[in-house]
Amino acid sequence: MSDKRLKPAPLANEGLPPEERGLFCDAAPREYEPARGAWENFLNWARSESLWLLGFGTGCGAIELRPLMTSRFDMYRYGIQPRPTPRQSSVFVIGGYASVKTLKRIVRSYEQMMGPKFVVALGSCTINGGMYWDSYNTIKRIDQYIPVDVYIAGCMPRPEALLAGFQELKRIIKAGDGEGQNEYARNFDWYKANQKKVIKDWNMPDYNW
Amino acid sequence: MEPTLLGRIGYAFVSLFVITNYGLLLIGSMARISAKVQGRVGQPVWQPYIDIIKSSAKRNAIGHGVMFYLGPVFRLAGGIGTYMFIPAVFGSVVFRNFSDSGDLLLVMYFIFFGQLGMALGAGEGGHPYSAIGVSRGLAQMTAFEVPFALSVIAVAVQYGTLDINAIVAAQQGGFARWTLATNPLAVVAAIIAFLGMSGHNPFSVVIAPQEIPIGPPTEYQSNLLGMLQTNRAIFNGAKLVLYMNLFFGGATNIVAMVIKTFLIYFVNVFVGQAFPRFRTDQSIRFFLGVPTLIGIASVIIAVI
Repeated sequence: MSDKRLKPAPLANEGLPPEERGLFCDAAPREYEPARGAWENFLNWARSESLWLLGFGTGCGAIELRPLMTSRFDMYRYGIQPRPTPRQSSVFVIGGYASVKTLKRIVRSYEQMMGPKFVVALGSCTINGGMYWDSYNTIKRIDQYIPVDVYIAGCMPRPEALLAGFQELKRIIKAGDGEGQNEYARNFDWYKANQKKVIKDWNMPDYNW
Repeated sequence: MEPTLLGRIGYAFVSLFVITNYGLLLIGSMARISAKVQGRVGQPVWQPYIDIIKSSAKRNAIGHGVMFYLGPVFRLAGGIGTYMFIPAVFGSVVFRNFSDSGDLLLVMYFIFFGQLGMALGAGEGGHPYSAIGVSRGLAQMTAFEVPFALSVIAVAVQYGTLDINAIVAAQQGGFARWTLATNPLAVVAAIIAFLGMSGHNPFSVVIAPQEIPIGPPTEYQSNLLGMLQTNRAIFNGAKLVLYMNLFFGGATNIVAMVIKTFLIYFVNVFVGQAFPRFRTDQSIRFFLGVPTLIGIASVIIAVI
């Protein structure tokens, strides 16, 4: 798999105390070129049929994820299952409004996920702030901070809407358009600047690999 | 005609291929059956295949050092090693594997080799939940080891041999000659230990999938996770074949093997769907109580 390192300059990690900087990675994320032709289509099919959710409830919308696991909606039949650790999961579900404090955790968790990784943002709050549009400590548009593949509008969206959203995500992945990881790497500086603009107490590495 | 060493290695690959696929389909079908019990449709039977392909197709992976990479390797070596010393089908040339006299001791060692290797690897991952999972796993392992070892001792005493092939040979000739009929207490103790070994409810706290402490593999991802998932299928198959050989008369053809191992594995689902989860301290107390007494009784019966 060929790849190109776009940003050779190491990250400064200025948020960390000097003695801790060496403990964390200082390399920016890089882009990964997809495989070619039928092989990549096959891999994309496998990725779309095995969606492992990162089961972090980052907002009130996470309550709509719980019924999905029950016998009424049963997301397992679509190959979707929750996973407790970012390392193993491939889909990050942003559950509604993201306060600045949560955004910090969202960024850390998102960066720790192994690519290709996908983001589903549910609820109006992730699109334009929703009922929190003038709040002092929530962000309005999540896609200024991490790349988003699918939005599910509503306050709250029903579990059926979530299932429809996951079908849409599957379609996107199968079409080869789920390249959020590469988009994040390509626009890393822009995303990082946006994140640092709202997160005032930046006391974590610049990239959590 | 006795196959050459090269031929036996070739057959071993065939045997390994069959048991891997069988193990994966078994995991998939059991998940499907559990879903039906819960009133769900459930995941497709072939979902484990897709999960392995997906994990292996991840574009990046992170490591935490040499031991971190060796953990899944040890685990896989433990799974393949266990299977390679058990004759899967009695009298078959292809599924004979490398079984030889005294292999029962070797197999018992191999069953725990993987878990210890995994403990070292997961420890280097540095995640606190890995350490919690490892300590829970090793504690539970130490506990279910007691009834399991006792029932294996009872079987070894009863048949006067440590050769799995000889044990299977002694059980040929109808149901009345199976260990299930001749020493049922040993089978009961071993089946209870099997519940702990497979990590289904009520002993599922070690690898609690989909919850916060996922157990030893917390930090494992991408192709390392794919290896662990593959090993799970092989290891399950190996344990089932071992149980079938020791207690249920072995199998003379592959159809009998599939039916018997399916039913043995089904005990897990049957118990798992009916009982809630034990905490680790509860499961240790449980294993060291009645199952151990049953195991001791089975040894006494075998000696008398």
